[in-house]
Amino acid sequence: MNTIASLHIGEMGYISEESLDSIPLKLLEMGCLPGAEVQLVQIAPLKDPLYICVNGSHLAIRKETASKIKILKSE
Amino acid sequence: MSKKDIKVALIGNPNTGKTSLFNQLTGLTQKVGNYPGVTVDKKQGTCKLSATQNAVIIDLPGTYSINPTSVDESIVLKTLLKKDIKESPDVILVVADVENLKRNLLLFSQIKDLEIPTVLAINMVDQMTRKGISIDLTALKEELNTEVVLISARKNQGIEAVKAAIIKCHVAAKATPMCDNKKIDPAYFEELKAINPNYTLYELWLMVTQKNFPEEITKQEKEKLLSFNKDVSKLKKYQHKETIYRYQEINKILKNTYLVDKSKAKDLRAKLDKVFTHRIFGYFIFLLVLLLIFQSIFDWSSLPMDLIDTTFAELSDFARSNLPTGVLSDLIVEGIIPGIGGVIIFIPQIAILFLFIAVLEETGYMSRVVFLMDKIMRRFGMNGKSIIPLISGTACAIPAIMATRTISSWKERLITILVVPFTTCSARLPVYAILISLIIPDTKIFGFYNLQAFTLLMLYALGFVTAILAAYILQKTLKIKSNSFFVVEMPNYKLPSVKNVLFDVLEKTKAFVLGAGKIILALSVVLWFLASNGPESYKNAEQNTIEKVANKNLGADELQQKIAAVKLENSYIGIMGKSIEPAIRPLGYDWKIGIALITSFAAREVFVGTLATIYSVGSDDENTTTIKEKMRSEINPATGKKIFNFPAGMSLLVFYAFAMQCMATLAIVKRETKTWKWPLIQLFGMTGLAYVCSLIVFQILK
Repeated sequence: MNTIASLHIGEMGYISEESLDSIPLKLLEMGCLPGAEVQLVQIAPLKDPLYICVNGSHLAIRKETASKIKILKSE
Repeated sequence: MSKKDIKVALIGNPNTGKTSLFNQLTGLTQKVGNYPGVTVDKKQGTCKLSATQNAVIIDLPGTYSINPTSVDESIVLKTLLKKDIKESPDVILVVADVENLKRNLLLFSQIKDLEIPTVLAINMVDQMTRKGISIDLTALKEELNTEVVLISARKNQGIEAVKAAIIKCHVAAKATPMCDNKKIDPAYFEELKAINPNYTLYELWLMVTQKNFPEEITKQEKEKLLSFNKDVSKLKKYQHKETIYRYQEINKILKNTYLVDKSKAKDLRAKLDKVFTHRIFGYFIFLLVLLLIFQSIFDWSSLPMDLIDTTFAELSDFARSNLPTGVLSDLIVEGIIPGIGGVIIFIPQIAILFLFIAVLEETGYMSRVVFLMDKIMRRFGMNGKSIIPLISGTACAIPAIMATRTISSWKERLITILVVPFTTCSARLPVYAILISLIIPDTKIFGFYNLQAFTLLMLYALGFVTAILAAYILQKTLKIKSNSFFVVEMPNYKLPSVKNVLFDVLEKTKAFVLGAGKIILALSVVLWFLASNGPESYKNAEQNTIEKVANKNLGADELQQKIAAVKLENSYIGIMGKSIEPAIRPLGYDWKIGIALITSFAAREVFVGTLATIYSVGSDDENTTTIKEKMRSEINPATGKKIFNFPAGMSLLVFYAFAMQCMATLAIVKRETKTWKWPLIQLFGMTGLAYVCSLIVFQILK
């Protein structure tokens, strides 16, 4: 199963509906919603955290959180 | 006759230009309730809405939602849940960024459900054309059922419209909720609402989810509310559902009122991010920025500081020759003037530091640093966000400790609080500056870098490294469990607004000078008293000295100097310094430095002022000399060598780098950690470390 953590820089995906419960409330509130398109913008030099763009929000989240959010990779 | 002031609470996501709007509305009327920091405590100001109506504007910390995950955000919830007439706002002004309107409206929707009259100000509309955004304002107003104003706070556009909207909204006092949680689970929320119909459903829901109750809630009601809190997984599920439901409503509204032409959305940020977060250049640039800051502090401030130093020495002289002799004149000349000078001399360095920090925050670069540093900081038990307190700590530990409020994990926050005082705060700078100029030659290394500036840089590095190592030890020893959660928004890059930066620097410098200044001034007066009074031996000093040196044929000047020195030695402060001399002699200090060490426990910066007072009491009246010159000529009577020689100077530098010498910081740590345990650990741990390290340094170098 793909997660945000398995994206490559520049790649996009859609957050899957089933990962709703594993997304922290704060992230949901910042626009990281099931069904939303997410792009991995940049990875920090030490491979963590990840810099993502979701629903117009540019956020940095830790790999640990990102690896819990399942996605469907887009073409 | 003017009407009663309208209380307006200013709320918004971080990076929406909330501070710009606050500055435009309130100008120079703003006051901070407490010590500075980026809107950490309640900032307040007044605003003239119309000819007859004024408003009090309260600036609340930036937040993404009312559900808090950090201390900072919980301030917002507490202010809004208060039903107490005095505190609760009449109108809420929500600031939103036009580019992130959707996410900003989440907070708006939550506030709307509290049923307080709300005005929505959409900021940065000057960017709309460039970003390809178009808004149907009339339709949006109707859909949101509230006053909506398009503004550009930085360009001072739409501010009058905001004022008009506040009045209109206050008069109409209409407030309707935007979302209805009953749609999630009718029976559940029906039951909740029945507990106390005086509160809106959303307020009751917040009480349940946040366990935050207004005083008016009875014990019975509280128990009923708490019973909803038992099923945690259900609660969490409903909170998730609620958020999704809110976004659905927002999407419905924005679908026809807010359009983005994506082809125009490309901008500079991606390019800049590639450079600033690059795996090699990223760190390199950060290092360069730090280097630039420290070089500037030393270069830019030396001229004004020398100027202040000489001016106060001259002022003291002028006062002495023009005031009638007497105790009051002595107090002014030897106590108050050097005391005030000791505060003023800080201003250049502090202002430059605050200026850089403000610019880094304003431009959005600070978030990139947080991103770059998170992994490294985590290894040492901290958080990427800890980098902001650690950098702010180079100005002053107090706002730095307040800035830790954005860290949601208690353990990471506590460790950051505990190690921040190791960073080189500006109170150490005058101590460092004067010692460095005495013991390090003013030459260039590598052909361009000033050796004195390099030494200062090394002291900064020493502070940082010690802070990091201390954090590592604390991480291994502290047995605290807390969830580490991390999310940081990466805002758009912006040119800093001159007004915002200047206001920020002005506000923080003012707070520092007034706060620390009081302590310094009071201490210099106390010092002067202790230095010019003493027991029997002090009063007899003059007589005894004259008798003792009677056969030595001294000149009048020399005799006077001798008398003054003996007097100081026998004054109260001299006795105090002498009594600790045995303990500090192995570190290379004499009793005069001992006095400065004692007073420095109140605040480090008192060191220079203390020596100034001691030497001006003990020196010849007629000569105009600055503190530096006085220190340079000081001889250790025991060894016959200069007191401020290389080994003793290095030992002092190390002592001041490590010791916990700031009452104000201890007080703030007590307040933030709610126990004396942590400040006491800081006091004894840091000072013990300082003693041992200074001892080693002096014994090796001497």
